[in-house]
Amino acid sequence: MPFIPHTREDVDHMLKKLGVARVEDLFDEIPSALRIDALPESVPAQVSEQTVTRLMRERARQDTPGLCFLGAGAYDHFIPAAVWEIVTRGEFYSAYTPYQAEASQGTLQVIYEFQSMMTELTGLEVSNASLYDGASALAEAILMACRIQNQKGGGSVALLPEALHPAYRRVIETILEPQSIGTETIPYDQKSGLLDRSWAEERLARGGVGSLVLAQPNFFGLLDAVDSWTDLAHRAGLTVIALVNPTSLAILNPPGKWGTEGADIVCGEGQPLGVPLSSGGPYFGFLTSRKSLVRQMPGRIVGRTLDRDGRPGFTLTLQAREQHIRRARAMSNICTNQGLLVTAATLYLSFLGPTGLARVARACHARTRLLVESLTSLPGVRPVFPGTPFFHEYPLAMDRPARPVLEALSDQGILGGYDLGKLSPELSHAWLLCATEARSPEDIACYRSILENLLSSARPEPARVSTHPN
Amino acid sequence: MSALIFDHSRPGRRAPGLAPEQEEAIDDLPPGLLRQRPPSLPEVSELEVVRHYTRLSQQNFSIDTHFYPLGSCTMKYNPRAANHLAMLAGFLDTHPLAPARTRQGFLACVFELQEMLKAATGMSAVVLSPMAGAQGEFAGMAMIRRYHRARKDEARNEVLVPDAAHGTNPASAVMSGFRVREIPTDREGDVDMQALRAAVGPKTAGIMLTNPSTLGVFERRILEIAEVVHQAGGLLYYDGANLNAILGRVRPGDMQFDVLHLNLHKTFSTPHGGGGPGAAALGVGPRLEPFLPVPFVVRGETGDLSWVDEESRPETIGRLSAFMGNGGVLLRAYVYARLLGRTGMRRVSEYATLNANYLARRLEAAGFELAYPRRRASHECIVTLRREAREMGVTAMDFAKRLLDYGMHAPTTYFPLLVPECLLIEPTETESPETLDAFVDAMTRIREEALSDPDRVRHAPWTTPVRRLDDVRAARELDLAWHLDRGPDQT
Repeated sequence: MPFIPHTREDVDHMLKKLGVARVEDLFDEIPSALRIDALPESVPAQVSEQTVTRLMRERARQDTPGLCFLGAGAYDHFIPAAVWEIVTRGEFYSAYTPYQAEASQGTLQVIYEFQSMMTELTGLEVSNASLYDGASALAEAILMACRIQNQKGGGSVALLPEALHPAYRRVIETILEPQSIGTETIPYDQKSGLLDRSWAEERLARGGVGSLVLAQPNFFGLLDAVDSWTDLAHRAGLTVIALVNPTSLAILNPPGKWGTEGADIVCGEGQPLGVPLSSGGPYFGFLTSRKSLVRQMPGRIVGRTLDRDGRPGFTLTLQAREQHIRRARAMSNICTNQGLLVTAATLYLSFLGPTGLARVARACHARTRLLVESLTSLPGVRPVFPGTPFFHEYPLAMDRPARPVLEALSDQGILGGYDLGKLSPELSHAWLLCATEARSPEDIACYRSILENLLSSARPEPARVSTHPN
Repeated sequence: MSALIFDHSRPGRRAPGLAPEQEEAIDDLPPGLLRQRPPSLPEVSELEVVRHYTRLSQQNFSIDTHFYPLGSCTMKYNPRAANHLAMLAGFLDTHPLAPARTRQGFLACVFELQEMLKAATGMSAVVLSPMAGAQGEFAGMAMIRRYHRARKDEARNEVLVPDAAHGTNPASAVMSGFRVREIPTDREGDVDMQALRAAVGPKTAGIMLTNPSTLGVFERRILEIAEVVHQAGGLLYYDGANLNAILGRVRPGDMQFDVLHLNLHKTFSTPHGGGGPGAAALGVGPRLEPFLPVPFVVRGETGDLSWVDEESRPETIGRLSAFMGNGGVLLRAYVYARLLGRTGMRRVSEYATLNANYLARRLEAAGFELAYPRRRASHECIVTLRREAREMGVTAMDFAKRLLDYGMHAPTTYFPLLVPECLLIEPTETESPETLDAFVDAMTRIREEALSDPDRVRHAPWTTPVRRLDDVRAARELDLAWHLDRGPDQT
């Protein structure tokens, strides 16, 4: 019997102690009308580890990752082998949430070190122990901003950039809708792809706004003038939420230094820090803030304190914010978060260090620049927002609808990028590309030559309906 | 505490083989956007990192090293095969937005897991996007809210929650836009029917129940509760945290629940990872199907698998994650489900219940007071140490901490809140009777110590890397981060 150690003798002995004849008798408090004799046949029969291994290997072989130039929230970085060798040690992998601090110093110290690294990267003072992913972290950040604004009688509307990850927008809507928290969208300037300043100034003048989300880079990979935006928002009394890519913070100004006062809350997707693409998850969200706002922060937080003998040690702290203490009045319902991924990120950042992470960030930018230069040398391919600075993603447009071309690229083993036509019909010829440090110049040359073939073999034509399931 | 990774840091020391060889120029970026000073991350060698974190791991209790009788958490063996197979390159290297036709292997696992869990729970549809139990609760309650709104029944803004419920239940209900009304528990651990009848009405949106409840007993009048709530126009939410007790034996759908979540990191044995990642399955009956969150996987007529998204689900409550929840956790749960199969799933509840009842009976025989002595234990049982606290001045927390010295993780303490000085003990089906006997022996010896040398217990633990920690100090003198240049961050 898989995973059950009992021998026949064990069971007999235990039943005797219990004074019942059969294990079945232990279920006698359950109304018999509810009890079933067996699960439906649609649950397959038990298989051996050898059989399930063969099946899973076949399935994994079916999945063909392709040469990845797709980013859009998940990035294909190199991960040192030692990261996951250590992360999957049983002592990390099979440990519980560190409520019993004395039995969990390993996990707690990892989280404290993680918090330290995240505050350093983002330039803010306190960090939590993680949220589910970047999208839910942004939703929690907006809720946190609402609590802060609520306390000081501020507005409740959150201003979101139009160039925000579309799935993040959906997640925010899902999470905010039941609490009737409104959002409004700052359009992007059609020329630069950056936030429309005059729209925002006019909107702020009308009042009722509580927070501003600044995505740096934005969904297009573009870099905005965040200093002046932060100052503008603070002058209007808003809470400033920065949504950032953690890799980029090795070279870009950290949100804590934006403008005169810095952003108030920083959040984002932690996947680039040592977490494989893994078909979509598990990843982790991070969230840091000013220390003065820590009591409004959602999620677990680890603090360093002293034990009975006066030696330093770690424990979960400020738990009075959390659901297991405060129940209906908690800051959030979050309980289980993404501890193991945080362990991976802490290891990744330790292996790379400040120099290594900066090299990764610089290489990402340089490879994307090379990719853009290579592809825009093809006839009919041009930047959508020429001249706007970017980190490691950038939108290009071609002389025809992008979607069929991206599908044809995929047939040839190239994940060519994100079809921006999904955002609006005006962008149907545009796509968003990404090259990380893991893409070599040869990879980029390969992309260029396949795209060149595709673009020259067929004349531009109107959008056709795909026959592929997608 | 061990040295921090920052203590090993020396300027200029690094693990150069792990980063790109070349320092690329970024002179095309506006200088005003650039970082003035590199982040103060540790500068350490590869060996130092490996050694530091290996040593930290050794300061943890874990299932792989210790018995973990943590009530309502189902800390059972996490099969290594599940981890190994979930990390095969095809799954690991695939981008979440890659076309479905290039990732049919992953989709097949997700689809089949949806189908298996449908059959195991008796619901009409199951989706797997919630990233933890609490997110499943939020999604389920948001669906209940949408359901009432779609029927123009918007006055229903109240959710009933038994006083024994997990803290996430009321917190999730509030996040989903409801007010919470607590329902008391009767003396035998069942929901107080009189109070329930008095509470339901035109404002009732639904009730959130765990069955077996967090009191470690099966809610015997579940069908009556279902009738009362349904007749009042409310829906039933099933918190699947305790499904391990009844897997393959009683199905929430048959108990008339309209919506549920299962914690795959409990019943389906995916690892807790020191606090996640978890994953939840969200199951519904026909009434709530239109509101299911996206994405989920469907099989077309030709057998090809694809994602369902917002476009074809106009009434969906929306999306819970940027991509597909905690996909890698789903693969682990899938492998585990296949290794168990139809009969193996039923064996889970059989042996989980056998172990819990055996443990309860042995603890009682050793002189410990069970909170519900006249009831069968489900997969867990509650001991109340109120007598020990009164007579020996030794609390449930003291027992819990002293157990650590005996090499066993503490049970859940002081939960549920309505049993004084309680330990909620869940042995799970993967533990042998010898381990259970050793636990009873340890409890017995701790009580003997409480009589002969109470400080031995009150000041426990003695053998862990640190002794009992000062939580008050931790909250008052917040030290939440270390800075390479200036040390701890204290107020």
